[in-house]
Amino acid sequence: MVSRQRAAIGGAKQGLTSDVPASVRIVNISKQFISTDGETVHALHDVSLTMVAGEMVSLVGPSGCGKSTLLRLVAGLESPDAGALYVGDAPIAGPSAERGLMFQDPNLFPWLTVRRNIQSGLVARGVLAERRHEVDEFIRLVGLEAFANSYPHQLSGGMAQRAALARALINHPKVLLLDEPLGALDAFTRMRMQDEVLRIWQARGTTMLLVTHDIDEAIYMSDRIVIMSPRPGRVERIIEIGLERPRQRNGAEFLRMRAEILEMLHFAGNAS
Amino acid sequence: MESQTIEIAERGGAAPAEISADMTPYTAAASPARASRRRGAALAAFTPVVTAAIALGIHRGVINRQNAVPSGAYARFLIGVIVAFVLLGVTQRVWRRTKSTRRNFAWAAVSNLLHWFVASAPIVAAGMLVLCAWELVTLKFNLMPLPYFPGPDGVLQTLVDDWRSAGLGQPGLAECMVQSLVLLLSGYTVGSVLGIICGVLIGWFAPVRYWGMPVMKLIGPIPATALIPMALMLFPNPTLSAISLIAMAVWFPVTMLTLSGVSNTRASYLDVARTLGAGPAYLVLRVAIPAAMPSIFVGLFMGLGASFLTLIVAEAVGVQAGLGWYIDWARAYSDYKKVYAALVIMSVYFSTIMTLLFVVRDRVLVWQKGTIKW
Repeated sequence: MVSRQRAAIGGAKQGLTSDVPASVRIVNISKQFISTDGETVHALHDVSLTMVAGEMVSLVGPSGCGKSTLLRLVAGLESPDAGALYVGDAPIAGPSAERGLMFQDPNLFPWLTVRRNIQSGLVARGVLAERRHEVDEFIRLVGLEAFANSYPHQLSGGMAQRAALARALINHPKVLLLDEPLGALDAFTRMRMQDEVLRIWQARGTTMLLVTHDIDEAIYMSDRIVIMSPRPGRVERIIEIGLERPRQRNGAEFLRMRAEILEMLHFAGNAS
Repeated sequence: MESQTIEIAERGGAAPAEISADMTPYTAAASPARASRRRGAALAAFTPVVTAAIALGIHRGVINRQNAVPSGAYARFLIGVIVAFVLLGVTQRVWRRTKSTRRNFAWAAVSNLLHWFVASAPIVAAGMLVLCAWELVTLKFNLMPLPYFPGPDGVLQTLVDDWRSAGLGQPGLAECMVQSLVLLLSGYTVGSVLGIICGVLIGWFAPVRYWGMPVMKLIGPIPATALIPMALMLFPNPTLSAISLIAMAVWFPVTMLTLSGVSNTRASYLDVARTLGAGPAYLVLRVAIPAAMPSIFVGLFMGLGASFLTLIVAEAVGVQAGLGWYIDWARAYSDYKKVYAALVIMSVYFSTIMTLLFVVRDRVLVWQKGTIKW
């Protein structure tokens, strides 16, 4: 099922210990909200999904299909109305450092320097003293050595997002949840960041769940793409991307898949 | 990446004024327009000399219509201004904005202060003209009569005379300043600490908010000065009652702004912190409070204004020294020179205290640099 080949760059090159990835099981999840005008919104209806440890899965679908809600459920920031979620064999009961989260907005703490932002996970868990040496490794991992003492408002969008990535990784999460993390970046920075995330994924083997609006990004990055449909949000289809890595963004197979997915999302007319 | 580096270098770099001061002669020669602009800026530092000399000329040359004996204090002050700005003008290239480090701390402080004086020279010059106008409508042309409207010379002389003792065995301005500072600092400290604690509790914990908000809404808007009778009743001595009134006046805005800052903490910061393994203590102390800091400082600023007001009113009741007491006592004796002298002192004194608050704010909110505009 997992059809990726690890690239030559391994964890050893980064001087980092590899993380222990975990599988994620989402079993018959339903979730509803009461909207501001008092109506019940079925965000998710009977959604199931199993991710193998170390897998990269994308969630794609029109807005309102519950992708972000699903991500928040896995993060433990929301709890389901029905169904259950597991990381490995343990049920998800609330947020935890073993499940890292990254948003479209980097959400760096503006009052902390880049270094302090990155180490905030260690501070929060009270392990800064024994793990301090890792902070520099992670700053180097995302190439922000020169900006370690800068404040977030001094960073460009791409740099801020890299800092957020390092912050999310410093706790060695078993699962990394990405909520359109590259959505706000310009096309070039976005492509560079995609490669960066892939490099880190291949080096560390973290299980990643990525919400995206960008079909190209989904095909380029993931092992499988989960296509969701709205009202109520449910899994429409799961597509396996068997392409060899590193992938060609304009290879024939790539473009064929893109057309197929767009068709599925009823955008075929706009695609050509 | 490269352009970002440049952008940061620019932002962290020198202020425009400093750049022009550092220009080499050769670039200045290359651009005559720039050279003349620079000469203009250099001359600007001497403007107070001119206007102070005009003020001195008016003071010495125009006949007095008000029945007042010139004391010489105003003339000495004007000569002081002239001498100071001649010296500053001549040495102006020496005083630069210097980044303070541990080693050059004293030098940087002096240099920055004097640079600030040089840069403010046109404002000082304008101030001298205001003094001229003041003297003309009072002492010189007597358009505004004594004893209500003394001229600058009389007020300045009162400042000097009353510095040690206000006469009639009463404390002088120096002692009043100390007394007021003690009341202000203790009241302000108690009020802002309580305000921040209440604000965080109300802003963070829903049950505290439920029960605390109505209390805040009912008690907060009462002007602290309206509680003077109660405070005098509840506290054994007037000093304590004044402190409690100031604390009360500070407490309300600080609590309101703190709770607003804390409860408006971006939910995504809290979400991120939770997924980083943060517990409740981290969320409150390391996320909500830092996120609320800009708002807390608005509260501290408003509280400071309220504390000045309350200080002056509270001192008029019961205590035997302090600027509020002094002004009330002078008014009772219809000694308006003293009233104006106290106003001058208050203006300098309170604006210095407020500047100190801004210095602290700029330190604490250094991460906001470039975004705060007040």
